[in-house]
Amino acid sequence: MDLNASLYLVRPEAILSFSALALLLVAAWRSEAGRLVSILAVAALVGAGAYVVHFLCADTNALAFDGLFGNDAFGNFSKILIYVAAAISLMIAPRFLEQAGAMRAEYPVLILLAVTGMGIMVSATDLITLYIGLELNSLAAYVLASFVRSDGRSAEAGLKYFVLGALASGILLFGMSLLYGFTGSTSFAAIGTALDGEISLGMIFGIVFVLSGLAFKISAAPFHMWTPDVYEGAPTPVTAFFASAPKVAASALTIRVVIEAFGNEPMVWQQIIIVIALMSIIIGAVGAIGQQNLKRLMAYSSINNVGFILIGLAAGTEAGVAAMLVYLAIYVAMTLGGFICLMQLQDKEGGYRETFADIAGLSKTRPALAAAFAIFMFSLAGIPPLFGFWGKLVVFNAAVAAGLLPLAVIGIAASVIGAFYYLKVVKVMYFDEPADVIAAGNDKVLAWTGGILAAVNSPLGYFTIPVLGVVTAQAAKALF
Amino acid sequence: MNAGSIPILSIMLAVPMLAAIACLFARAEMARIVALTATLFNLALGLWLWVSYDPAGQQWQFTESASLFGPIGWKLGIDGISLTLIMLSVFLMPICIGASWRSITTRVGEYMAAFLLMETLMIGVFAAQDLMLFYIFFEAGLIPMYLIIGIWGGAERIYASYKFFLYTLLGSVVMLIAMLWMIQFAGTADIPILLNTDFPVDAQKWLWLAFFASFAVKMPMWPVHTWLPDAHVQAPTAGSVILAGVLLKMGGYGFLRFSLPMFPEASANFIPLVFGLSMVAVVYTSLVALVQNDMKKLIAYSSVAHMAIVTVGLFTFNQQGIEGAIIVMLSHGLVSGALFLCVGVIYDRLHTREINRYGGLSINMPKYALLFMLFTMASVGLPGTSGFVGEFLSLAGAYKVSTWATLITTTGIILGAGYMLYLYRRIAFGAQVNADAAAMPDMDSREMWLLAPIAVAVIWMGVYPETFLAPIRRDVATIVARVERAAPAGDSKLKPNDPTTAKYRVGGHAQEKAAEGSQH
Repeated sequence: MDLNASLYLVRPEAILSFSALALLLVAAWRSEAGRLVSILAVAALVGAGAYVVHFLCADTNALAFDGLFGNDAFGNFSKILIYVAAAISLMIAPRFLEQAGAMRAEYPVLILLAVTGMGIMVSATDLITLYIGLELNSLAAYVLASFVRSDGRSAEAGLKYFVLGALASGILLFGMSLLYGFTGSTSFAAIGTALDGEISLGMIFGIVFVLSGLAFKISAAPFHMWTPDVYEGAPTPVTAFFASAPKVAASALTIRVVIEAFGNEPMVWQQIIIVIALMSIIIGAVGAIGQQNLKRLMAYSSINNVGFILIGLAAGTEAGVAAMLVYLAIYVAMTLGGFICLMQLQDKEGGYRETFADIAGLSKTRPALAAAFAIFMFSLAGIPPLFGFWGKLVVFNAAVAAGLLPLAVIGIAASVIGAFYYLKVVKVMYFDEPADVIAAGNDKVLAWTGGILAAVNSPLGYFTIPVLGVVTAQAAKALF
Repeated sequence: MNAGSIPILSIMLAVPMLAAIACLFARAEMARIVALTATLFNLALGLWLWVSYDPAGQQWQFTESASLFGPIGWKLGIDGISLTLIMLSVFLMPICIGASWRSITTRVGEYMAAFLLMETLMIGVFAAQDLMLFYIFFEAGLIPMYLIIGIWGGAERIYASYKFFLYTLLGSVVMLIAMLWMIQFAGTADIPILLNTDFPVDAQKWLWLAFFASFAVKMPMWPVHTWLPDAHVQAPTAGSVILAGVLLKMGGYGFLRFSLPMFPEASANFIPLVFGLSMVAVVYTSLVALVQNDMKKLIAYSSVAHMAIVTVGLFTFNQQGIEGAIIVMLSHGLVSGALFLCVGVIYDRLHTREINRYGGLSINMPKYALLFMLFTMASVGLPGTSGFVGEFLSLAGAYKVSTWATLITTTGIILGAGYMLYLYRRIAFGAQVNADAAAMPDMDSREMWLLAPIAVAVIWMGVYPETFLAPIRRDVATIVARVERAAPAGDSKLKPNDPTTAKYRVGGHAQEKAAEGSQH
C-alpha cells in the first residue's frame, strides 16, 4: 500500500495533530487567548469529525502503514464519541478555568493532543501503535489533571495519576513484550493466529499483564484506586473529560485487543473479564455509598459503569461488542451531563461547591438544575424510562444471549446497590431542607449543553435507538 | 365514531403525559385545574373505551403497533382484564387529584405532574403488548412514587421512600433477565405470541421464580410485604390511594398475564408455595392489623391480607377462582382507596392517624360515619358489596383445589371483620372523649364528591357484578384453557354428575331447567 493511501486513512489524526501544533504556536505567543484557541480546537474536532463521519458512511475498512493502523467502522464510531465528548469538555471549560485563573491556551491544545492519542488507540491494530496512542493520550492527561497549578489538590491529582499511570503502562508494556516474545509478532492479527491452539504459560502471563494494564486505563476494579483521587483533585471540566473520552478510547482499545488478538482463546480471558466486571460493579457501588464529595461519587459511578460495559465484553460476541458501544454512547451523555450539573454548583461568591451538604434542597432553589441532575442520576442507575436503562438492557441482553446467566443475574442484582447512592443524590436535592448555598445560574453554555444532554437521557433518547442500533452493529461487525 | 379507528390507547397515554409537562410550568391553582381536567378527560376516554369494547370480539382490541424504538415495539392493545384495570386507574385518578386539592400546598405543580405521570405509566402497564415496553412502564412507576412519598410524605418519609424503591427494584431486575431469556428463546417480545409459546419445563421454573420475585414484592406477599405499611403510612393520602388502588394490582396482573399462561407447569408446581405464603399472610397480617394504633397501618396490613386472597384465587387454575381474584383486585382497589380517603378526611382535620385520638364521630360527622361504614363493610366482604362477590368466588374456586388453603384463608374474612369493625367502633362509636375530635365538621361537598362515586361503584359491583364479569369472562376462560394441561387435581371430591347437587353448581340452573324441560 502506498503512502498516500495510508495518509488518507489517517486524515482525522493528521488534522488534529497539525491543528494542535499550530494552536500551540498561537499559545506560545498569546497565552491569554484561551477562548479563541478553544473555539479553533472545536473547529478542528469538527473538521476531523467530518472525515470520520465520511469514513463511517462509506463503511471504510482498510489497514494503513502496513497493518499498524486500521480505519474501520469500529474505530470510527468510537472516534465520534471521543470527539463529541472532547468538544463538550472544551466548550464547558473556559469559564471554570478563568475562575481558577488557569484558562491558558494550552488547555485546548492538550485536549487535542489527548484526542489524537485516543484516535490512534481505537484504530491501533498493532501493539506498538497501541502504546504510542496510549502514551500520547496519557501524557496529555497527566498535565491536564494538574492544570490548575495553584490548587494543591489538582497538583496532587496530576502526580498521582502520573505515577500510577506510569506503573500501569509498565505492566502493559511487560505484557506486550511477553506476547511478542511468545508469539513472534506485535500485530493483533498475527497474535490472534499464534494464540490459536496450544497456549504456553508465557502467553497466559502476557495476556494477564496486558489486561491488567488496560483495566487500569479504564479504571476497572481492582485497578481503580487512582480514580476517586484523580477525579476529585482534577479541575471539574478535566474530570468530565477523563470520565468520558479516555474511557471510551480505553474501552474500545480493550475490546479490540481482546477480540482481535485474544479472540481465539476466550477460555483464557473470559473469566478475567467476568471477575473484573463484577468487581467493578460491586466496588463501584459499595465504595460510593459513604462518599460526601460528589466528584468522588461520580468517580465510583464511572467504576461501576465500566463493570457494566465489560459485561458486554465477557459475552465476547458481536452483539456484545455492539451493546458495549451503545452503552458507551449513552454513558458519555450521562456522565458529561452529571459533571455539567456539578459545574453549575457555584455559591454566591462564585466558588465551586461539590459536596452533598451543598446541594440540599436544590430542587427548591434551582428546580431546572435539580431536575436535570435527577435525570442523570436515574439514568446512571438504569431506571426506565430514562435512556440509561437501554444501555444496561443491551449489555445484559448480550450476556444472556451468550449464556452467561449467572453473570447477568449477579450483575443486575448488584446494580440495585448502585441505585442506592444515585437515589441519595435525588433525596438530598428533593427531600431535604434547602441549604441555600448555591446561587442562581448564569452560564448559558452549561445550561444549554446540560439541557440537551438531559433531553438525550430522557425517554426522548429512545428515538435514537434505531440509528444507534444500525451504527453499532456495523461497528461491531468490523471486528469479527 | 368508533373507538377502534383512532389510537385511543396512545391518546390515553399522551393526555396525562402532556398535562404533566404543563403542570411543571404552571402555578399552583392552574396546575390543579390542568390535572383535574386531564384526568377527567382520560376518564371520559376510558368510559368510551369500555363502551366500545366488545366482549365477544377479538381477544386483543384497540391494538396499535409502531416501530418507533427499534427493538422495543410500541405495541398496545387490551383484553377484558386490562380493560377493567385501566378503568380502575382512570376512575381513581380524578379522585386522587381531588383529594390533594387542599391538603397539598407546597410544590403543587410538581405534585400534579408526578400523579399524571403515574397515570400514564399505569395505563401503559395494562396496555403494553411488548414485553420490554411492559417492563419500562412497570419499572418507571418507581420514580414518581419515590418522589411522591419522599417530598410530600410524613415524618419517616425518607426511610419509606428508599425502602419502597429498593425493594421493588430488587424484585424487578431479576425479572428483566428472565424476560431477556424469554425474548431470546421465542425470538419475539410480542406478548400475545409469548402467551402461546411453550417454554421448556425446566426453564419455566427459573423463569417463574424470577417473575415471582418481582410480582410477589409488588403484590405484596408475605414475607416481602414489609415495604407496604411504611410506604402507605408515610405517603400522602392520594399516594396511598394510588398505591393501594392500582400499584398493588400490577402484581396480580403480572401473575395473571405472565406467570400463569406463560409457565403453566411451573405455576402448578409452585402452588404449595403460593398457597402457603398466602395462608400465612392472611392469618398473620390480619392479626397484626388487629393490634395497630395507626389507621393507615391497619388498612395497609388489611391490604396484604386481601392480596393473599387474590393470589389464592389466581392459582386455583379454574374460572371461578381467577374471576374472583380479579373482582377482589378491583374491589380492593376501590375499597382500600376509599378507606384511605376516609382516613385522609379526618387526618386533614386533626392531623393525626392515631385511632385513640378519635371517637364518637357518628355524632358530629354522620355523613362521614355512614360512608365509612359502607367501606368498612365492603372491606369485610358483606354481601351486597363488592368485597363479597370477589372473596366468595375466589374461595369457591380455591375449594376445588385445596380445602385446607380455603379453610385458612376464609378465616381472613372473620379476622377482617374483627379488625375492621374494631377500627370502626373506636372511631365512629363510643363516647366523644376528645374535644377537638368532637368539634370536627362533617364532610364538605368536595369530600362527598370524592367518596360518593366510589360508594356507587362498590354497591354496583356488589349487587350486579355481571357488568364487571362480562368483559373478563372470555379472557379468563382463555387463560384457564391455556393452563388446563397443568391444572392440579384438587382434594375436594367433587361429584360432577350427581343430580342432587346439580342446582348448586355454576350453570346448574340451566341444567336443572333443561332437566325439567325434558321431564315435561
